[in-house]
Amino acid sequence: MALATEPFILNIGPAHPSTHGVFRMRTTLDGEVIVDVEPVFGYLHRGIEKLCERRTYKKNIPLTDRLDYVSAINNNWPYVLAVEQLAGIQVPPRAEYLRVIMSELQRIASHLLAIGSVMNDMGIFFTAFMYMFREREKIIDLLEMVTGQRLLYNYMRFGGVSQDIPTEFLPALAKFLKVMPGYLDEYDQMLAENEILLSRMKGIGILKPQTAIGASTSGPVLRGSGIKWDLRKAAPYSVYDKLEFDVPTGANGDCYDRYRVRMEEMRQSLRIIQQAVEQMPAGKFQGRVPLRIRPPAGEAYAQIESPRGMLGCYLVSDGSELPYRCHFRAPAFLNLTVLRELLIGQKLADAIVIFGSIDISMGEVDR
Amino acid sequence: MTTELSISDTAARLKAHFGEGVAPAGDGLATSPELLPRVAGYLRDTAGFDFDFLDMMAAVDYADRFELVYRLLSLKHNHTLTLRVNCDKNKAVVPSLAGLWQGADLQEREIYDLFGISFNGHPNLKRIVLWEGFEGHPLRKDFKDGAYGAGD
Repeated sequence: MALATEPFILNIGPAHPSTHGVFRMRTTLDGEVIVDVEPVFGYLHRGIEKLCERRTYKKNIPLTDRLDYVSAINNNWPYVLAVEQLAGIQVPPRAEYLRVIMSELQRIASHLLAIGSVMNDMGIFFTAFMYMFREREKIIDLLEMVTGQRLLYNYMRFGGVSQDIPTEFLPALAKFLKVMPGYLDEYDQMLAENEILLSRMKGIGILKPQTAIGASTSGPVLRGSGIKWDLRKAAPYSVYDKLEFDVPTGANGDCYDRYRVRMEEMRQSLRIIQQAVEQMPAGKFQGRVPLRIRPPAGEAYAQIESPRGMLGCYLVSDGSELPYRCHFRAPAFLNLTVLRELLIGQKLADAIVIFGSIDISMGEVDR
Repeated sequence: MTTELSISDTAARLKAHFGEGVAPAGDGLATSPELLPRVAGYLRDTAGFDFDFLDMMAAVDYADRFELVYRLLSLKHNHTLTLRVNCDKNKAVVPSLAGLWQGADLQEREIYDLFGISFNGHPNLKRIVLWEGFEGHPLRKDFKDGAYGAGD
């Protein structure tokens, strides 16, 4: 006699270590296999776009930190860029280099967290995480030295940055740049042929290039699928056109490729920082900016390559002191578009790894 | 470097196909909700345009209309184009582009949630960041909530 079976609904989250924030996956299971999944989010929705319409331009900068709190400095950037475009504000060269150095440091810190936590998700409990956090701590010390903050730095300003680097920063950064490649080698030694990592990531969660493009994914998710698209190369902003670096891509679009892309990007970020330190001129860290910012009526769209992908800010001004409309193109939000397709047909245990490999930040998804 | 397509040239090319339905508007092209799926499909599939990537969608609440902004990107040619669609405030319905670009799926749901603009033909149109049963659409300018008093 055949046993009667029926699909089983399992909620993962909203508060679960593997959901990287307050996120819920409503999965329908047939045994261990996922037959349907519905991402449910919004638990962290703070209405940032609405709040932006009720604050002056300057007061909105700290709000952008809170979009993606794992890479706050990168999140300041598109907003200040859009305002600078609208108001015609010039940025001194030194400030551009400071922005690049700080946001590349932030990128490494963000990738370390992303890789460390995906290791956790697949059962290399806390060993890898601890090593990654050892180095992330060094970066956070560097960022704290400049900004006085450890998570939300409120660093960028229209026409520059909030403060110049203190004298002890460059020697400390040089020390970090010297030791970090060795640490990355150490990770590779531990992880590159790690049995758990290979069997849980290789061939799992394959994202086809055509799907990745059609679903507007970006960042390591898009590049992991073999598409060489990085805004720092494709549409260079700031001084990225003066810096040499490669854009790593994957071949198969599986979780392993996304992990490899992030590992390799950290090495490229170190290269960028090294060159930026060498090229950085003396001078002002802040250009001339009116005390009250009232951009002329009009609109602007600015975007940068954040650790999660193409982060954009669409800004509409009506000539007053408050933005008329401020919309953020959040890469983590759009990368979630492919989640359903990636998960259907997979085992439940793999779902956690696939989800982790997309690397979302709920602050940015929910806004 | 990403280039913006010349608006006058693109408008002329589209005019041959869609007549007066497509017109230059600011730094982009404006079209009507009825023509939108055909214009967008044409831009996606025609060689030379190849807009394979829907970069960004945003809605803006102006005094007399809603404006939808679609920023299209071609990864192949590295060029962009902005499409604008105006829609009536009393009849805020626009065809969905989720069938052309899967990337429109979540963005349309977000606009539906926060602006109350419906997307015809969307596979799963429901609120995304707010909960079912929430009253109103917060990004509309006339939205009133307790914390801020009478609408500001």
